[in-house]
Amino acid sequence: MSAQETAVRPMRIVVCIKQVPKAQELQVDPATQTLKRVGVPSEINPPDANALELALTLKERHAAEVVVLSMGPTSFDESLERAVAMGADRAVLLTDRILGGSDTVPTAYALSETIQKIGGYDLILCGEETTDASTGHVGPGIAGHLDLPQITYVSDIRIVDGKVRARRTAEDGTEYWETALPTLCTVNFGCNKPRSPTLTGKIRVKRGGVLVHWSCAEVGIDPKKVGLFNSPTIVAKVDTVKLPPRAGRIFTGEPKDAVRALLEALLRDRVIAP
Amino acid sequence: MIRRSLLFGPLFRDGKRENVERFDAIVVGAGPAGSAAALTLARKGFSTLLVERGRVPGAKGMFGGRVYAWALQDLLPEWAKDCPVERYVVRENLAFLTEDSSLGVSFESPKLTQGRTASFTALRSAFDSWLAKKAQDVGAMLVTGIRVDDLWREGGRVRGVTVAPNDRVAADLVVIAEGAASVLVRAAGLRTDLEPREVSVGVKETIELPAETIQERFGLGQKEGAAFVFAGQASLGLRGGGFLYTNRATISLGLVVSAEDLARKKIEVAELQTKFRTHPAVQRMIRGGKILEYSAHLVPELGASMAPRLWGDGVLVAGDAAGFLINNGYTFRGVDLAIASGIAAGEAAEYARAAGGMTASNLAAYDRFLRARNVLTDLERFRLAPLFLKNERLFGMYPRMLMEIAERLYTVDGSGKDRLLSIVLDEASSADIPKWKLLLDLLQGARSM
Repeated sequence: MSAQETAVRPMRIVVCIKQVPKAQELQVDPATQTLKRVGVPSEINPPDANALELALTLKERHAAEVVVLSMGPTSFDESLERAVAMGADRAVLLTDRILGGSDTVPTAYALSETIQKIGGYDLILCGEETTDASTGHVGPGIAGHLDLPQITYVSDIRIVDGKVRARRTAEDGTEYWETALPTLCTVNFGCNKPRSPTLTGKIRVKRGGVLVHWSCAEVGIDPKKVGLFNSPTIVAKVDTVKLPPRAGRIFTGEPKDAVRALLEALLRDRVIAP
Repeated sequence: MIRRSLLFGPLFRDGKRENVERFDAIVVGAGPAGSAAALTLARKGFSTLLVERGRVPGAKGMFGGRVYAWALQDLLPEWAKDCPVERYVVRENLAFLTEDSSLGVSFESPKLTQGRTASFTALRSAFDSWLAKKAQDVGAMLVTGIRVDDLWREGGRVRGVTVAPNDRVAADLVVIAEGAASVLVRAAGLRTDLEPREVSVGVKETIELPAETIQERFGLGQKEGAAFVFAGQASLGLRGGGFLYTNRATISLGLVVSAEDLARKKIEVAELQTKFRTHPAVQRMIRGGKILEYSAHLVPELGASMAPRLWGDGVLVAGDAAGFLINNGYTFRGVDLAIASGIAAGEAAEYARAAGGMTASNLAAYDRFLRARNVLTDLERFRLAPLFLKNERLFGMYPRMLMEIAERLYTVDGSGKDRLLSIVLDEASSADIPKWKLLLDLLQGARSM
């Protein structure tokens, strides 16, 4: 190999993921009015899974290295291991008690510091938002801290001549953006179908050595910038939406007649227009 | 720009490496057969991968719920210490049912509860997880949530398993232990598709009852259990039978019925189960219980004569996938044979390794190890049972006859009683069975049991 070739390294993609309660299992604690996170089945935040799938597609096309990153308690290992079993090369969990209660401001700061410690990043992918908080702040926040160009709501990425060409799905149409690497993209929910874990991937996880835990001290995160007291968000009030009562009428008889009766009732009650 | 295109461009396109994981042995299916095989292989120093399609071992599996302990004793002499036993069976019952009556035989003996001859009831999820954990404890790697669809074959020999085109794992030996509906046995070319006549359908309901109620109702102590096998009306006269096992705080109630008969008579197995459950004799036992779960599964009824080939180049078949099940009308045996065949598979692998490799001719030693554990010998001994059990008189006519005899023996209405023999002969002739047929059935029954 020539000197030039030995200097070549694969493109490195960092995918930020969060573990969230499964959408169907969402429960609000009636006492604290906050989301129950302990003891409910969890999953990779669905838009993050789309970001991961996009990264794995790019890995296949460009032999890229995919590093998955998350911040949270060690129970998040489950999702990071799943990401490796799906095809990511390795995973990093930033885990530290002092991070507890962080909102999106400290989270974006802490993740950007961790990404710098991982180093050598060419592309950072995040989901457009999380299903448990829906702010969409963290991705753009990381881009801000790292002073990177960013493209939000991306549904596809091509790497051409060392540049990112991204398809951005906006409310009023589709935009195509191009920017130099390194860059950060947030990925549209549902833009692809995340793959299942493979046997080979699960074996890699079992063999170990694919996941590391880092503390704030190890990364060099300023304790005065993270945690509940350094989070500007104030939750003023939480309301639980009450479902309106149902009429509870049941239409019986021959399916054809029952449907007719149902339609007539809906028309009469002005639920639907003729 | 040039640097970038070099970085991410064609240079690496061909560099896509297939990182193939490699083991000495892969066992497909973490049921009793698979875990016993993985445990034995790992103990003998094979690097072993145990792959299970359920989220946890036992999640996708189903069995009647009773385990004969002898094979487990061979595998893990200390099993009784932490095995998730529901109850030890202290009483065996055989009952013939007609529309509304029941005639039963009950057997109790200290032998039923001692060491190798003991049997116990268990819940599949707990039992399978426990056994798979034992395999992990000695070094087998368990991976769950992966369905293996195909074998990795090259030049006629099995080289590993294929989950997807770029998801293959290599091994010198693959042990197929994925149950009755095994697709891999077919993929290995060891057998053709199953025919309806070769399988039965097993259904089971788990019915919740307080432990104290179970103990009171069946006259049992705290860790004691009862097992029932039902013939006759249980299966509406179709070939097969019913079973009831007492767990700690649930009852397993189910049927095993010939798939061929179900199809021929156009009866839904769920309908059959409802009829069975609502039979007065069964109702009495489960009264007040709540149905927690319903499951159904294929049960192989191959008999030794129709079993698939059990070995090939780089491959062995164990448990239900190999048709290792004995249903002789009074016992349903599967788990013990599964475990014994898993052990034998490990022993065959050890033999083949010493003999120079996992070739079909070396792995043929499996036959010898299966015989040493009485798996094949028992199967052959009972190979007539499926034929005998095919006799429809056994499930329809005879129970009815027995019941009428019992009715005449036990109902006293002051009209004068006949002697037993004349009642029997009288019933036989009124049931329209020629005496020679009765004698023939008796003989055949005796031979097959």
